Amino acid sequence: MLKRRHSDSEVVAITVDGVAVEARAGESVAAAVLVSSSEATRTTPVSESPRAPYCMMGVCFECLMEIDGVANRQACMVQVAPGMRIQRQLGARDLRGAE
Amino acid sequence: MPISTAHKNYDVAVIGGGMIGPALAIGLAERGMKVCILDEGDDVLRVARGNFGLVWFQGKGFGMPRYVEWSRRSAKLYPSFAAELKENTGVDIGHANPGGLELLLGDEELAHRRHFIGQIYQQGGGNEYEVEFLDRKQTESMLPGIRLGDEVVGASYSPIDGHVNPLFLLRAMHTRFQQLGGTYLPHHRVSGVVKNGQAYDLQTAAGTVSAPKVVIAAGHGLRELGPPLGLNIPIRPQRGHILVTERTQQILPMPMSAFRQTREGSIMLGVSAEEAGYNDMVDTATIAKIAQRAGRIIPALRNLNIVRTWAALRVLTPDKCPVYQESQSHPGIYAVASHSGVTLAAVNAKVASGWIADDPAPEEFEAFSSERFNAQKTA
Ligand SMILES: Cc1cc2nc3c(=O)[nH]c(=O)nc-3n(C[C@H](O)[C@H](O)[C@H](O)COP(=O)(O)OP(=O)(O)OC[C@H]3O[C@@H](n4cnc5c(N)ncnc54)[C@H](O)[C@@H]3O)c2cc1C
Ligand code: FES
Repeated sequence: MLKRRHSDSEVVAITVDGVAVEARAGESVAAAVLVSSSEATRTTPVSESPRAPYCMMGVCFECLMEIDGVANRQACMVQVAPGMRIQRQLGARDLRGAE
Repeated sequence: MPISTAHKNYDVAVIGGGMIGPALAIGLAERGMKVCILDEGDDVLRVARGNFGLVWFQGKGFGMPRYVEWSRRSAKLYPSFAAELKENTGVDIGHANPGGLELLLGDEELAHRRHFIGQIYQQGGGNEYEVEFLDRKQTESMLPGIRLGDEVVGASYSPIDGHVNPLFLLRAMHTRFQQLGGTYLPHHRVSGVVKNGQAYDLQTAAGTVSAPKVVIAAGHGLRELGPPLGLNIPIRPQRGHILVTERTQQILPMPMSAFRQTREGSIMLGVSAEEAGYNDMVDTATIAKIAQRAGRIIPALRNLNIVRTWAALRVLTPDKCPVYQESQSHPGIYAVASHSGVTLAAVNAKVASGWIADDPAPEEFEAFSSERFNAQKTA
C-alpha cells in the first residue's frame, strides 16, 4: 500500500465503498484512495480485469470511479471534498433506471 | 518503394480495399480466379473505416423497388456470410439481426415517416414489405428497462434490420480474401488504366499490374478513375458524423437507426448528413445536435461521456441507389458505387461477384445501370 509522505493540510472525511477514509485537503480522489487501500479501483467493462490509477494526470483513464453517484469519473482529476462518496467502478456502468 | 509488382498478371484486378472491393474479391477468389486488390495508404478518404455498422433494410430503395429487393437479399444472406467468415478466419464480425427501430419524435416526424415508408410499400406493387409502425406503448414493450423521452410517439420497425462491427467485418474480409489465395497490394494507388492487348494495365507508382478484368470499387476514387474509361458516374460526398459513448451494461436490445449499442457496450450515435464537399472535419455544432436528439429520445443517454467522434464522407449517387455498371467503351471494366456497402457486403460477395465472373447478371441489376442518370439529363 502507498503511504502519504506528509501533509499539513486539514483532514477531509470521505467514504470509499461506504468505509470512512481520512483524506487531506487538496489531494485528488485517486491519491486518497491509493493511500487507503491497495485494492483495484475498477474492473474493465468487457474482460473485468482489475485496474488502478496509473498516470495520475488525466491521460490514461485507468482511475475511473463512481464519485457522488456519477459513474466513470477520472478520480485523479477530481479533488476530494468533505462528505464525498466514492465507489469502485466495477465493470461497465449500468444505465438502467437512470433518468 | 521498389517496383515489386511489375507486370504481375491476374484474372481480375480490384481497385479499392474498402467495403465493396474485398466483398466482391472474396466471391471471385471463391470461384478459383486469380485476384488482386490494389489499395491506397491510410491517409485518404476511406469510408470503410468510418461508418456506423448497420445492416439496414427499412427505408432503403425509395424510388427503386429493385434496391429494396437487393437490400433484403443481402440482409438474409448475412447470417451465413458472418458464420462463414468466423469459421474460416476466426474473426467474429458481431453480426446480429434482432430487428431495428427508427424512433420518431412528435406527430410530424411520424406522419413524414409513414408517408415515406408507405411510398416504398406502394412502389413494390403490393408485395410484402417487412416494415410496420409501432405506437409508443408497443415501442416501449420492445425496449424493457428504457424510459423513452416524452416526445417519442412511436417507431417504424423491421424484423430484417441488424448490425455488425464494421471494422471486424473489414478485417475478416481481408483475411478471408488472402486465405483464398488473393493478393492484397496496399500503397498501390492506381493512377490510370490502359488497354494492352487482351488485358488492361493498371499503373501505380509501385509498378504495373495487368488483368483482363478490372473492378473499380474505389469509393470516392471513382470520380477520377471512371471518366477516361467510359464510366462517367455522378457520385458526390455527403458528410456524416458519429459519436461514441463510454461502455455501459447492455441496455439497447436492438439497433435504432440513429443509435446502436456495440457488443462491447459502447453506444454509437449518428448520423448526420451535410453537403460539405470533401471536408471530413468534425463540426461541433453538428455533434451537439446529434447528442441533443439522442437525449430527447432516451434521456438516460445524457448521463454518458462521449469518448470519440468523427466524420466520414458517404459515396452517394444522385438517387442514393447503387450503381453496378460495365463500361461499354472498355468491356471488362466494371464500376461499383454505392452507399450502404456494409449492408450489401453479403450480397456483393455471394451474388454480385458472379456478374463479374460472367454469370448472367442478377435480375436486380436491370435497375442498377448508370444509364439512368444519362437518361435523366437528356430528358
Ligand atoms: C458516416 C457514415 C455512416 C455509414 N453507415 C453505414 C451503415 O450503417 N451501414 C452501411 O451499410 N453503410 C454505411 N455507410 C456507407 C459505407 O461505409 C460505404 O457504402 C462503403 O464503405 C463504401 O465502400 P467503398 O468500397 O465504395 O468505399 P471505401 O470503403 O471508401 O473504400 C474505397 C477504397 O478504395 C481505395 N481507393 C480509392 N481510389 C483508389 C485508387 N485510385 N487506387 C487504389 N485504391 C483506391 C481507397 O483507399 C479505399 O480503401 C456509412 C457511411 C458514412 C460516411
Ligand atoms: S490515473 Fe490516468 S487518467 Fe487518472
